[in-house]
Amino acid sequence: MPSSNANLVTRSLAILAKDIRLELRSRHALNAILLFAVSTLSVVSFSVGQSGLGPHVLAALYWVVIFFSAIAGLSHSFVREEETGTGLLLRLKADPDPVYLGKFFFNLMLLMFIAAVVTPLFFAFTDATLEQPAPFLTITCLGILGLCASTTIVAAIIARAASRGALFAVLSFPLLIPVLLVLVRASQKVLDGQSWGEIASEIQFLVAFPVVMIVGSILLFKFVWRE
Amino acid sequence: MFRIAAENLTKRYEHRWVLKDISLSLSTGESMAVTGPNGSGKSTLLKTLLHLERPTKGDVRWFEDDRELDQSESGRLVGFVAPYVQLYDQLSAEENLKFFASVGHGNVTGKRIDELMEMVGLEGRAHDLVGGYSSGMKQRLKYAVALQEHPKFLFLDEPTSNLDDSGRKIVRDIVEVVRAETVLIIATNEPEEYAIAQQQCQLGD
Repeated sequence: MPSSNANLVTRSLAILAKDIRLELRSRHALNAILLFAVSTLSVVSFSVGQSGLGPHVLAALYWVVIFFSAIAGLSHSFVREEETGTGLLLRLKADPDPVYLGKFFFNLMLLMFIAAVVTPLFFAFTDATLEQPAPFLTITCLGILGLCASTTIVAAIIARAASRGALFAVLSFPLLIPVLLVLVRASQKVLDGQSWGEIASEIQFLVAFPVVMIVGSILLFKFVWRE
Repeated sequence: MFRIAAENLTKRYEHRWVLKDISLSLSTGESMAVTGPNGSGKSTLLKTLLHLERPTKGDVRWFEDDRELDQSESGRLVGFVAPYVQLYDQLSAEENLKFFASVGHGNVTGKRIDELMEMVGLEGRAHDLVGGYSSGMKQRLKYAVALQEHPKFLFLDEPTSNLDDSGRKIVRDIVEVVRAETVLIIATNEPEEYAIAQQQCQLGD
């Protein structure tokens, strides 16, 4: 591995390790996301849990929970740097690429953890049934990748804005509409018992979307971080 | 030999001019005090020189001999201490030192950490969370972070804020030790502090 790439990996891991350590010691983002996810799931299960909803509604409810959980906490790692005044020294010392990658993988881990909690609870609280777990889990993982790829760059953009809370949702939503629509459609097909072949085009989109978003974000981030 | 050069630096917020046509050039071993009343733009000038704020007009360039340094290179060569620069409260002093060394391409050993902590009068506190430090102890730790990689440029904004007498002496000693090997820029209104600089840049006239 060339030394510059090794350096990038080492420095990205340093940012990731720092964010994990801060999160484990404060649990701000984790608590916010978990609280939101569990309370939303509870409301959904109490109101419509066993009322025989079709796959199209269940798929939408599942992604609504994941989407709003992401909105509740994924801006935190960038916003925390600005709120606590640590962003200035980080901007001075760290190159943009490792900062973006470290924060991206931190958000990815956070949302993977949330999905690991929400997904079994969703199937326990609703009458959704899963005949084919593999395609559903694949869609969930790719969806989370897409959500993180979109929201990480938006979090970086809004971190230094005054009314950042509302701005995060406002800017994220248009970026996430295409991926959410595809995620709901793919999840609905899987919950309806359709096979891999029936969701091939959705899988292609869900692979391409985060790739495009991550490459675009890396190109854009150096301007966001240093301007 | 390292050098920083600024030409016609101008900074405007909305309709208010904070900096107007500031030009300077400082090389290794030279020092400058930036003085002026509150709100005259001392901190803005430092942040602009550090590329942390973009000037409305003019530019800042950093050099090693005759080679111009890019922003990544200059960031690794600089130490910066200011009241508005914060360390991570939920990390220990040692974790902060290691983190900022690792993101700046460096590496800091346990022995170097002990040296730095002793130099700033915080020996035996390396494993304590920074959130439990007093404001003066945090200020001392900022010097340890700034000096850990032997900076070639040292920027100090209100260098002795929050420090007691022994902390002020530590800062004076640090400045005496590093001034021959660094470009030193101090923003202050304390006569005792700007007297140690060779040049003075008065803002807000």
